Amino acid sequence: MSAPLTVAVTGLNATDNPGPGVGVIRSLRHNRDDVRVVGLAYDALEPGVYADGLVSDVFMIPYPSQGVDPLRDRLAYIRERTGFDVIIPTLDAELPGFVELAPELAAQGVGMLLPTREQLDLRCKAKLAALGDKGLPVPASRVLTDVAQLYSIHEVIPFPIVVKGPYYGARVAHTLEEAVAAFYKMVGEWGYPVIVQQFVAGQELCVCAVGDGDGGLVGAVQMRKTVITDKGKGWAGVAIRDPGLSQLTATFMSATKWRGPCELEVIRDTNGGYHVLEVNPRFPAWCFLSAGAGMNLPYAVAELAAGRELSPLHDYRVGTMFVRIALDQISDMDAFSRMSTAGEVVRSHGVAR
Amino acid sequence: MQRLRDLAISDTGFVFDPFSGATYTVNGTAQCLLDGLKRGLDRDGLVALLRERFECSDEDLPRDIDDLVQSLRMFGLVPGGFEVGR
Repeated sequence: MSAPLTVAVTGLNATDNPGPGVGVIRSLRHNRDDVRVVGLAYDALEPGVYADGLVSDVFMIPYPSQGVDPLRDRLAYIRERTGFDVIIPTLDAELPGFVELAPELAAQGVGMLLPTREQLDLRCKAKLAALGDKGLPVPASRVLTDVAQLYSIHEVIPFPIVVKGPYYGARVAHTLEEAVAAFYKMVGEWGYPVIVQQFVAGQELCVCAVGDGDGGLVGAVQMRKTVITDKGKGWAGVAIRDPGLSQLTATFMSATKWRGPCELEVIRDTNGGYHVLEVNPRFPAWCFLSAGAGMNLPYAVAELAAGRELSPLHDYRVGTMFVRIALDQISDMDAFSRMSTAGEVVRSHGVAR
Repeated sequence: MQRLRDLAISDTGFVFDPFSGATYTVNGTAQCLLDGLKRGLDRDGLVALLRERFECSDEDLPRDIDDLVQSLRMFGLVPGGFEVGR
């Protein structure tokens, strides 16, 4: 067995629109006791902070809007306290900061498996159409910065359309009135720009995948959502195997030379055609399915980020299901008060190196 | 026909399609016919299989087979033009 690994993970906001952190952490700890996890939180009430069976130590980190300098300083402090070897960032908005810091952190011996800034930009919603130039099937889309642009959108993209925010949120609009309402809702929640995409009817499928950065695929698990919340999040799902989706995933990896985890959101239409709706540049919240189905992708990322040889990845068991559950965690005021005042909860004795 | 061959069918008549993730429940007759179709039996073979396992009149059998094939087409589990061979 290799030396214990200490992994810092973000995205502990396990709400009804959950961040991926808890799923990543559960995967890292799945069937092993040689991984120590340090949680990185943005808010004292992120539910993962109180999952002391999963996360021994938790530290607040500054919001991405504060820039990379405060993040650099904070990570240096946390590293001194915990000695983490690897960071797995899991939130879209924080990735540019971590990507910028990656060379410095690598020089200090901290590994991450992240896409480049160019790859991040390539898959962002506003530029997704560029993937079409790389041979990937993407629906027609337009980036809007003014509601007036909606009034002529039907000339290039016929209704129904999907109105999306720059980071999150999507609404199907069948009429101009619905589109205008959706436009203002997206702007109100997420700001500009707003993306309009051609609506494609069919089955929504997802792929959790890891690229090696050289155009190859480390591993991938396909999933179909079987229960969807009113926010469009999968509350239950099942691992599937669709050869066409496998080919699409391989094409994405070879076309982009993606490095690190990602999620492909794909529609398979009634004619068997595939349409890439989104590429999320990090693990999805349902990534624990990969560990549960036998192909532990978060642990593979931790190994690769640490510069270790990858343990053999077994194929996943098709038909493995996940069914999410909402649980009330009980905590005393102590952990909350320490998170609120000191910005940290250290349940272990820390690591002094 | 690959999708049909890949179907996982439990003893209790629970069917899982690994391609789409869809699940179905089928009665004993459909379960028997699916088993026969996966084995590549033609219409006469399916009729013989049903006769062997169930007490049924001859006039029911072609209808049972056609009903199931129509459902399989509807769910995309066999190609649109699929017919059981004679």
